[in-house]
Amino acid sequence: MSLVLLVVAGMLFAIGFHLLLQRSLVRVVVGFALLGHAANLALLLAGGPSGRPPLLGGKDPPGPGEMTDPLPQAMALTAIVITFGVTAFLLALAYRSWLFLGEDEVRDDLEDRRTEAEGGREERDEYGGTG
Amino acid sequence: MNVLLPLPFALPLAGAALTLLAWRSPALLRTLSVAIAAGVVASTVAIAVTVSRDGVVSTQAGDWPAPLGITLVADRLTALMLVVSSAVLLAILVYAVGQGVVGQKRAEPSVFYPAYLALSAGVCLAFLAGDLFNLFVGFEVMLVSSYVLITLSPTPARMHAGMTYVVVSLTSSILFLTTVALTYAATGTVNLADLSTRTEDLPPGVRTALALMFLVVFGIKGAVVPLHMWLPDSYPAAITQITAIFAALLTKTAVYALIRTQTLLFPQHETRDLMLVLAAVTMIVGMLGALTQQDIHRILSFTLVGHIGFLVFGLALFSVAGLAGAILYLVHHIVVQATLFLVSDIIQDESGEIRLERLGGLMGVSAFSAALFFVPAMSLSGVPPMSGFVAKLALLQAGFASGRGLAYAVAGVAVLASLLTLVAMSRIWTLAFWRLRPLVSATPPLHPDDVPGPSRQERYSRGLVRGVTVCMIAFGLAVAVLAGPLAEWSGKAATDLLDRGDYRRSVLEGDRP
Repeated sequence: MSLVLLVVAGMLFAIGFHLLLQRSLVRVVVGFALLGHAANLALLLAGGPSGRPPLLGGKDPPGPGEMTDPLPQAMALTAIVITFGVTAFLLALAYRSWLFLGEDEVRDDLEDRRTEAEGGREERDEYGGTG
Repeated sequence: MNVLLPLPFALPLAGAALTLLAWRSPALLRTLSVAIAAGVVASTVAIAVTVSRDGVVSTQAGDWPAPLGITLVADRLTALMLVVSSAVLLAILVYAVGQGVVGQKRAEPSVFYPAYLALSAGVCLAFLAGDLFNLFVGFEVMLVSSYVLITLSPTPARMHAGMTYVVVSLTSSILFLTTVALTYAATGTVNLADLSTRTEDLPPGVRTALALMFLVVFGIKGAVVPLHMWLPDSYPAAITQITAIFAALLTKTAVYALIRTQTLLFPQHETRDLMLVLAAVTMIVGMLGALTQQDIHRILSFTLVGHIGFLVFGLALFSVAGLAGAILYLVHHIVVQATLFLVSDIIQDESGEIRLERLGGLMGVSAFSAALFFVPAMSLSGVPPMSGFVAKLALLQAGFASGRGLAYAVAGVAVLASLLTLVAMSRIWTLAFWRLRPLVSATPPLHPDDVPGPSRQERYSRGLVRGVTVCMIAFGLAVAVLAGPLAEWSGKAATDLLDRGDYRRSVLEGDRP
């Protein structure tokens, strides 16, 4: 079971990073959501092999290997809440950005383009200003 | 359980909730947030006093024993960082009140105050956290508030910059969470004090991999070259007071976390040589970037990147002198970088321009703002007798005392980077203040006599803004005046960082009073 989860986590990481590198903001948001799941899965896997109960009732303290470690599950719960809230914020931001810029694509930075344009102009001047 | 330790983040969190409730009345909002920020300063000073008396102080939330529960720890480094950051947070909050970020200009209620208080809470929690997961939570609280702040009163440019910033920060947060998971998988604990013993038993390969992952995570958050690209593109877009607080605290919190994890978890210093090289590259790339820019905010953002290199250099030496230098530099840089951004806001306020090619003749308009700019600019460049000189001298001495070839080389680069900082600052100084105003500008420079007399409220707001800036400059100068006691304090803090015994004992054995 653990191997399957491990492969799933790896795949989620790969797809998430791939989507994050896209120009479309919606893909970036989906990529981020997938990455969040991947990290949470990794956190769960850190607690040990899957399939054991996180909590055992009864008076006897559980022996080693009977119960799964509850600490990573508590941490994953917190992390899920955080990624959930942040994804909502990111969606709102993408929508706001679409309202303002009128497009879904991430554009080049203005200042970078200006610097590049200035550099290009100087080069042209050096070569006789033919452009 | 020590009540003092949770105060610096519990207070502003409660304050954020209260200000959300009180959004109808701007006056109440301002008074409440300033009072809470002042309360935070008082609580951090109390923590510093306790730490100087008792050494490392720690507390377990809910009295759960150490490796399981939520641990809060304050040692000398934490206490110093807390005091300086809460003071800067208070100063910039008062500045923002003076500037009237919210309430006056637009009818809608602003979320500035709650977000700002939540940011303070996140910063303080990140400093106090005794385990990796709460460090992560502290960072998240801080970053989520910063996402709100950077896109406040949105313009297209701000949305664009905000998106870049949010996506990069989120990626580094996911990496951080993954690193926490891997650390737990390898050691079975996230408590920093517990980890400090357990990492020693790890196979060297695993330990190096973890050290590198922490370096990457905090490298992105702290804008260490080559992971710095997002910073000069995003910071200058925000409202200037907000840029000031980001520049002062967000990257510094990441550097603090880097110092904490590298010294505590990886005593074999796996990343030492890599960090030395990164420090040199960061200094050079940051300062050369600053020289190519036209926009004052972007110049300052690039110097911010460059000066992160000095901090990484101090850490990479892994000696008491190096760490003490880095801590001194942290204190100096938090204050001075924030002051510079505030002054650039005043320049923008007076001339309506922020691009160097269109600025000029400011000296004739306001000699006062020229003086305001000159002091922190020279301090950043490391001109004696300012605080920058003291901090740089400490770093260079540590570099030359280390007796390693690579460290000598990086110390040389640090001298060069200081010179480049001086050039970048002189460029602003000459172009904006001393030359005649260029003709490209459509509006003539405002002469004090031509301006219609400001209203009473405007005069009050201007007075407050300039008063806060003068206080920040005085704070920067006080760092230089108090260099002796500060150096002694940071020397002790550095000894504690390398020794680790007190930290471990205080958390794990819980020598509670």
